Amino acid sequence: MFTGIFKDTSVRVLIVFMISLCVISSFILPDWMQNNFMYGLSRGLAILGLMLLWRTNLVSFGHALYYGFGAYAVALCQKYFGITDILLRFTIAVVAAGLLGFCLGFILRKYREIFFAMLSLAFSMVLYGLLAKAEFLGSTDGMSISPSTLFGLELTRQYLFFLITFFVICAAVSIQAYLRSTLGHLTTAIQDNEIRVEFLGFSVQKAIHIKYVISACLAGGAGGLMAASLGQVDPDSMVNWNVSGELVFITIMSGWGNILAPFIGAIIFEFIRTYAFEWAPQAWAAIVGGTLLAIIFFFPGGIWSIIEKVFNYGKKKDVK
Amino acid sequence: MSSNIVLKASELNKSFSGIVAAKDINVSINQGEIIGIIGANGAGKTVFVNMITGYLKPTSGKIEFMGSDITGIEPRKATHIGLCRSFQISQVFMTMTVKQNLMIAMSLAKKSGKTLLDPIEDESISKECDTILKLYKILDQKDNIVSTLSQGIRKLLDIAMAVVGNPKVILLDEPTSGVSVEEKFGIMDIVIAALKQTETSVLFVEHDMEIVERYVDRVIAFYQGEIICDAPPKKALSDKKVIEYVLGH
Repeated sequence: MFTGIFKDTSVRVLIVFMISLCVISSFILPDWMQNNFMYGLSRGLAILGLMLLWRTNLVSFGHALYYGFGAYAVALCQKYFGITDILLRFTIAVVAAGLLGFCLGFILRKYREIFFAMLSLAFSMVLYGLLAKAEFLGSTDGMSISPSTLFGLELTRQYLFFLITFFVICAAVSIQAYLRSTLGHLTTAIQDNEIRVEFLGFSVQKAIHIKYVISACLAGGAGGLMAASLGQVDPDSMVNWNVSGELVFITIMSGWGNILAPFIGAIIFEFIRTYAFEWAPQAWAAIVGGTLLAIIFFFPGGIWSIIEKVFNYGKKKDVK
Repeated sequence: MSSNIVLKASELNKSFSGIVAAKDINVSINQGEIIGIIGANGAGKTVFVNMITGYLKPTSGKIEFMGSDITGIEPRKATHIGLCRSFQISQVFMTMTVKQNLMIAMSLAKKSGKTLLDPIEDESISKECDTILKLYKILDQKDNIVSTLSQGIRKLLDIAMAVVGNPKVILLDEPTSGVSVEEKFGIMDIVIAALKQTETSVLFVEHDMEIVERYVDRVIAFYQGEIICDAPPKKALSDKKVIEYVLGH
């Protein structure tokens, strides 16, 4: 699966970008910016999962289900088992969301288009309702999460950021390896022609199910990391429909051309929101919405298409 | 002779809410045989092909492939055992290149389980794809996006994708429909020559009698869900029933 993965240009660019981000944010930029990078990278994992589904023409309006499920899995494991190790927290969040995705996948894999989108939203709202009512889970106040540790040592914000970057690199490289594989190529093939895939001898539903579970794992991991960096989980900021909407929003804004796109999109979104809130606290949502409209009208391929255009322009100039 | 039979349909019947679409169909297909299926619209040709490839489950009857009962088999399982098909409207991946289309088909035919996670860019598979593209005379188009190509090339690609798994029987649904008059014989020459090399049995649905006369060993004519004639092309095309119900003379 990983044969020759580090020869892949996308992987190399991703690693250079992530390492540069670590260096710049640690030694040059102020702390609040590092927080934005941390939140952006964590959320970027969920966007990466949505990007996978989008490549098959499936849009999930309920991915906060897995995002929140991963976050609450981290909170519950701390509450009942005292688990604070970041490696365990990340693994638990990924596995818990993956298992839930595996179960729900049997239902969702049969649906397409708006039915898929709305059914996934319905599932996420069921979880929201349960969490908001469950007092042992903190109800609408949620639960607090203690700082993460690594092999018993408490992590500073900076080391947590480095570890989140490491998890993101591992996940994104794995997704690139998947996309290069035969199974990964079926993502676009199914979007193009389901009948042909079926008559080539592969079950379309199975391919979608696999993709859905991967996407759930990524969203769960994102939720787990977000919970660890925020120190708090609650239904409104983790599972509510507006969280799902935000994830879809960033996915459209990012574009689906490359594994790096979701992370760049998520980081840009964090900064747009921060500055919009700073400059126009009453109208920040309008600024964020306006940005998305501008991208849809002028760059339907998302932020990644702008990056591609810039680099292709450079290449064309070289040829001349 | 019976040991050469690769596909056998016995007493096949299919009805939709009381409307009979196939009635007592009995057909045996020998290895390497090329059979043309003819009939007017609604005669039951496609229903027959769909039952064979698992797209439709017969109401009653039995389908045997290489001696095993495959009645009501799922389409993808039919592909795995060596029963493939192409379509009236080419079913290809339009946003990909010709080579990418074939690479996916070839990878799915050759790999299973964990190996499906190996990179698709495999040198041996790539070489095999080039050989097939050469056989179907579309090697020069390999880097072109399918949506930019002519119907004729899409048809050839569609058939090439269906044969990568070395099927024993291939069903071609109107292989020359939508193709220009100038292209049709060229396409059929390429397809039949390629399939004869592998001794694949071919069953194709066709409305063009010139094509039928020129390429098939045997003709099966359908009318109102029944087989009205099963004979060599010259005999079949001069049969009274075929002339009246199929050719419409």
